[in-house]
Amino acid sequence: MTRVRVLAGTRKGAFVLTSDGSRATWDVSGPHFGGWEVYHLKGSPADPDRIYASQSSGWFGQLIQRSDDGGATWQPVGNDFSYATEPGTHLWYDGTPRPWEFKRIWHLEPSPDDPDVAYAGAEDAALFRTDDGGAAWTELTGLRTHSSGPGWQPGAGGMCLHTIIIDPAHPGRMFTAISAAGTFHSDDAGQTWRPVNRGLRSQGTLPEDEPEVGFCVHHVEMHPSRPDTLFMQKHWDVMRSDDAGQTWREISGDLPTDFGFPIAVHAHEPDTIYVVPITSDSLHFPPDGRLRVYRSRSGGGEWEPLTRGLPQENCYVNVLRDAMAVDSLQDCGIYFGTTGGQVYASADAGDNWEPIVRDLPAVLSVEVQTLP
Amino acid sequence: MSGRHDEQDRPPGEAANGGIRVVLPAHLKNLARVRGEVTLRLGGGHDTMTRQALLDALEAAYPVLRGTIRDRATGRRRAFIRFYACQRDLSNEPPDVPLPAAVTSGAEPFLVVGAMAGG
Repeated sequence: MTRVRVLAGTRKGAFVLTSDGSRATWDVSGPHFGGWEVYHLKGSPADPDRIYASQSSGWFGQLIQRSDDGGATWQPVGNDFSYATEPGTHLWYDGTPRPWEFKRIWHLEPSPDDPDVAYAGAEDAALFRTDDGGAAWTELTGLRTHSSGPGWQPGAGGMCLHTIIIDPAHPGRMFTAISAAGTFHSDDAGQTWRPVNRGLRSQGTLPEDEPEVGFCVHHVEMHPSRPDTLFMQKHWDVMRSDDAGQTWREISGDLPTDFGFPIAVHAHEPDTIYVVPITSDSLHFPPDGRLRVYRSRSGGGEWEPLTRGLPQENCYVNVLRDAMAVDSLQDCGIYFGTTGGQVYASADAGDNWEPIVRDLPAVLSVEVQTLP
Repeated sequence: MSGRHDEQDRPPGEAANGGIRVVLPAHLKNLARVRGEVTLRLGGGHDTMTRQALLDALEAAYPVLRGTIRDRATGRRRAFIRFYACQRDLSNEPPDVPLPAAVTSGAEPFLVVGAMAGG
């Protein structure tokens, strides 16, 4: 019988939620790695029982944990994320050069084909790859050493590589996104990269009209059936590209605010997308204290608020960039976690919502596995 | 450097029969899957044992601790880790200074402490 497994990373540990295909009742296990920040955990599409987790702490640094039994037990694997070449400098907030310094792994992206292969996105921005199930990680230096690198600056959350997309239709094609450098494209499995940010705007902060980098991209998503189309939630602006990132156009349309962090695409409708509007860059909570997911069924531009089952008063949580995901059941489920510790789910593509767990630590990430 | 090691719940002040005693913070005990003190029994004399050699031996015995006490890239003490022994803060001592004799004899433990910071 089909099952769904939700992987929630929080400020104080990881939680694994499981349900059958009805998604009516949920078992919660955790905290795993209690007391540690778990920025992200994600299962392998090639072997859903293989899950990688990023466990970190300001005290004790970075660890990677691996489960081979669907999150029941875990084993620490390699945590050496040394930059493979002499770290150069990027720009600090004050515009002065600052050496690259590893801080943590924000995102783990297992290969769609091989459970022993996974990619890791780091702060300070760099891309790592493992070919042995996480025992050893090797930097793909082409991204960090791109000629624009000395001009990258961190966003408020750090200079993090938070998005890794592996194109299922074009072997070797990948996308990454870095706050606040922008989006990057590779056609050779991550060996070389080029910025793909034309059409993005950061009004008032950039000296040129069409700079190569310098954009606070918050999250990017792709639907596997339409790999040339990318959807982006930027610091401000919701954006879309239909040419694999070559050009971007704004699709914020009638959203109440186009600031936010996550963006998600319906599993079966590549033009149905979801965002969670946040008041502003200085007010990281929903407008008017009302938690609303907005859905567009037309690929952006026209949006409808989804409120049924979500708090519509006195709600001042945030939804972070990696904290929204979808399942692939016939009636597509949508999931998101909040900084208030709730994970909300909709089993009907967003029409109705309910919390499937609440009072967790602040949720940093949500991923969903649809299991046979 | 490597050597034998064991871990046990030892009453305060009890010597470790020649081993060097290390007390880890709770999170690192969990990570290393130990409950009490760790005792490192190293080859050769302990008289000139340094903090660097002790931490090398600790990491050899418990590889999962690599990077959690000392930064992977620089080898330096992580910012929120402190070292104490014999009522003294050894955190800012150079890593190649010999440890106190009471630590190398096993009379006193070497304490790895997560500094009080954050929430």
